[in-house]
Amino acid sequence: MRIAVIGAGVVGALIARELARFEVTSIRLFEREPDVGWGVTKANSAIVHGGFHDRPGSVRSKFCVPGNSMYESLCAELDVPFQRTGAYVLAFDEQETAALETLRTWGNENGVSDLEIHSRKQVLAHEPQVNPQVKAALWSSSVAITEPWELAMAAVETAAGNGVSVHLAEAITGIETRANKVCAVLTETDRYPVDAVVNAAGLFADRIAAMVGLDVPCLYPRRGEYVLLDKKSAGVVNSVLFPAPNEITKGILVLPTIDGGVLLGPTAVDQLPDARGEAETTPEGIREVLEGARRLVPELNCSLAVKAFAGLRPESTQEDFVVGRSPIEGFYQAAAMRSPGLTAAPAISQWLVRDVIAVDLSLRQTGSFRPSRIRTPRMAELSLEERDRHIRKDPRLGRIVCYCNQVTEGEIIDAIHRGATTLDGIKFRTRAGFGRCQGASCSASILRILARELHVEPEEIVQRRSESWILSGKART
Amino acid sequence: MDSFREGANVNHKNADVVVIGGGAAGVAAGAAAAKEGARTVLIERENAPGGVLDQCIHPGFGLHRYKEELTGPEFAHRLIAEIHETDAEILSSHYVLGIDPIKRVVSTVGPDGIVETHAKSVILATGARERPFSALMIPGPRPAGIFAAGLAQKFVNIHGVLPGRRAIVLGSGDIGLIMARRLHLEGVEVVAVVEMKAFPGGLMRNVVQCLEDFGIPLFLRRTVVAIHGEDRLEGVTLADVDEAGRPIRGTEERIDVDTLVVSVGLIPETELISSFVELEPINGGPPVNSRMQTPAPWLFAAGNNVAVFDLVDWVAVAGERAGRFAAQYARGDLTARVPIRLIRGENVLHMVPSSLDRETITTLFLRVPRPLLNVEVVIGGVSCHRQLGARPSEMIEIPISAKLLSGLSQASEARVEVREG
Repeated sequence: MRIAVIGAGVVGALIARELARFEVTSIRLFEREPDVGWGVTKANSAIVHGGFHDRPGSVRSKFCVPGNSMYESLCAELDVPFQRTGAYVLAFDEQETAALETLRTWGNENGVSDLEIHSRKQVLAHEPQVNPQVKAALWSSSVAITEPWELAMAAVETAAGNGVSVHLAEAITGIETRANKVCAVLTETDRYPVDAVVNAAGLFADRIAAMVGLDVPCLYPRRGEYVLLDKKSAGVVNSVLFPAPNEITKGILVLPTIDGGVLLGPTAVDQLPDARGEAETTPEGIREVLEGARRLVPELNCSLAVKAFAGLRPESTQEDFVVGRSPIEGFYQAAAMRSPGLTAAPAISQWLVRDVIAVDLSLRQTGSFRPSRIRTPRMAELSLEERDRHIRKDPRLGRIVCYCNQVTEGEIIDAIHRGATTLDGIKFRTRAGFGRCQGASCSASILRILARELHVEPEEIVQRRSESWILSGKART
Repeated sequence: MDSFREGANVNHKNADVVVIGGGAAGVAAGAAAAKEGARTVLIERENAPGGVLDQCIHPGFGLHRYKEELTGPEFAHRLIAEIHETDAEILSSHYVLGIDPIKRVVSTVGPDGIVETHAKSVILATGARERPFSALMIPGPRPAGIFAAGLAQKFVNIHGVLPGRRAIVLGSGDIGLIMARRLHLEGVEVVAVVEMKAFPGGLMRNVVQCLEDFGIPLFLRRTVVAIHGEDRLEGVTLADVDEAGRPIRGTEERIDVDTLVVSVGLIPETELISSFVELEPINGGPPVNSRMQTPAPWLFAAGNNVAVFDLVDWVAVAGERAGRFAAQYARGDLTARVPIRLIRGENVLHMVPSSLDRETITTLFLRVPRPLLNVEVVIGGVSCHRQLGARPSEMIEIPISAKLLSGLSQASEARVEVREG
């Protein structure tokens, strides 16, 4: 059996890893970007949702709660940060208070067992910075935060460690079918015969589906803008704060990030279906984020903003995931993964692989699957004694390169060995350049380390894609 | 100062004075403390002291301290020679993880492991970092090609590589001006330096020597309002701004450049102490007295982490002062003085120190918020200093002599004003 997974975002990565548990001749994971997790995975709120925001009966509701419950052990297995912060949905008037009841009912129907309505006093006791105008709030203890791109990279690393071949910067240009059955995937340079294809192509899943003639709901990007605050603002909120949701979105949130900052956003602005390039921030969007966030936490110090950024998430007219078999034999989908796609991803990948693909293709589990990856731990998260022990074995783990996030040369070299070739590749693997100076202090050093380890000139190192050059050449000597 | 291992199973050291940071302030402080006889350890995160001076290869340093014009590396070299004449220990490639204010332990990490240094007094000389462009939250995509000016300087002067071919410089502080010239000399086409304020942020001599001498235009009251380009920067949109700094509609102009060099301010590095010292809100660093002592009496501070200075000469002077008094404190020789708290009056932005005492001769540094003519500095009602004009880019330095101090009234506060006309 030969299987191709299209898309190395968090969904495709987890599917590839799950497939690696089975005896398959070849599993290939294709990604159009030069690195893992650079699409929808990179720019979302990084929340593992509780399952009360999704209308009962939807596919979303079916996978969100099981996905949430899988996260803790999955993240432990993959050495990915995960923290159950809990979440409040805040109501500021009668109508919003009534909306909390709807969410609670939805949650209960979806199998969420931890929901409580808290009084103003309870909310303020737990979250003293919340707008004192709050009337009531829905509390969910199961909501958590994580690092989505780290999860995608960890899943790809374990998949690769179990024999999956990872094809980065190799976009699928066509899919061949014969007698209503997939038989090969095409890229610009190659043709790969396959018995099955899994479409996890994120923002581009409809285009992949169209390659086999499937008329799936057209995806259109929904732009979300965010503002990230410096770690100095840590502690201003302890849990994820949602406003009462409207028909379209969960609204603008205030939440702690897994590395100690505070994230505000997102907006939700629908784009034309063709606007699938890099997302841009806008003056209106940034304003909306700050206003929306201050509505929940009036005393937010927005002068601590480190950056604003934007991401695109795939929305479809039916507002639900498209997962499972398709009318084309051997063509499976995990598409239209809008929120809560991140939360649902582990449950969807497990179900799709174990209960659908393995059954259809009569796959047998291997006895040799290794579920974890080998990675140098983040030095900044260890005790001084543990760090000292690591440094005695490898002095490079004592050389700090990124001063803001205390990332060492040893961790950067480890990231390069795990596949990073670009500045962003280092940033998303190690958090170097992710801090308050945004790489002003460390970029030059990281570039030098990348060039040295990859045996190229510093001018050949790029930020992201091949066109995103950083240096134009040598200075005069 | 032998390292020994104890309970926590990491390296331990003892010192009288620990200096954090090996730039101009730190090296001057370390040399001064050691000369006073203090067992001194200077901690530097790079692999040698020198700080940002190493990448400032242009001249203009040392006119006050050495009475000659030096480049940054030359200035650093002289200072480092001074500390090498003492028995101060330099712990390079060590990054300070934290200061325990109760035990007075400075924890560092380096290639030889964790070191905990037990100190009697500590000098913070961590300098300042550049404010990143992303913090301005300018709308648009996030292509490669946007560089903090200091990063661009490091690329060109230390690594010998160029950040692009056609550039705009945002911000007319000294780093922005110096980098405009540097890039021009390297063959990069520098289209303009753009400044939001109505006056340049850097020294007048740098406006002349870096821009006018090379025909690089300076656009005042103008800023970058949008970024273009998906992978690499392709252009920026500039617009005029009103008095409040808001872009004026209809004045937008797109300029195609592949490089944006950003010099939009320096932020004092104070993260190590901000949990136990309340920072001075305008300076951005800890308040210090005439002896560069912070409200935590064992902690001294000097340099750009106290307030951003325009001349390294003054930074070195402040460092020496901090080193001397920190050594005296470590010996137990520093008796407390009754402070005269300085209150910011008219036309005072940055002000160092924040208090004076009647026994210590020092220098008061003031930065004005806007260009002024015929200025008179008045402290506690006493006229102390006059000069023809004052600009925000150049601090006013006022020698605080014994005579001046004896002339101040017995009040516990004194208002500092810069009067015009």
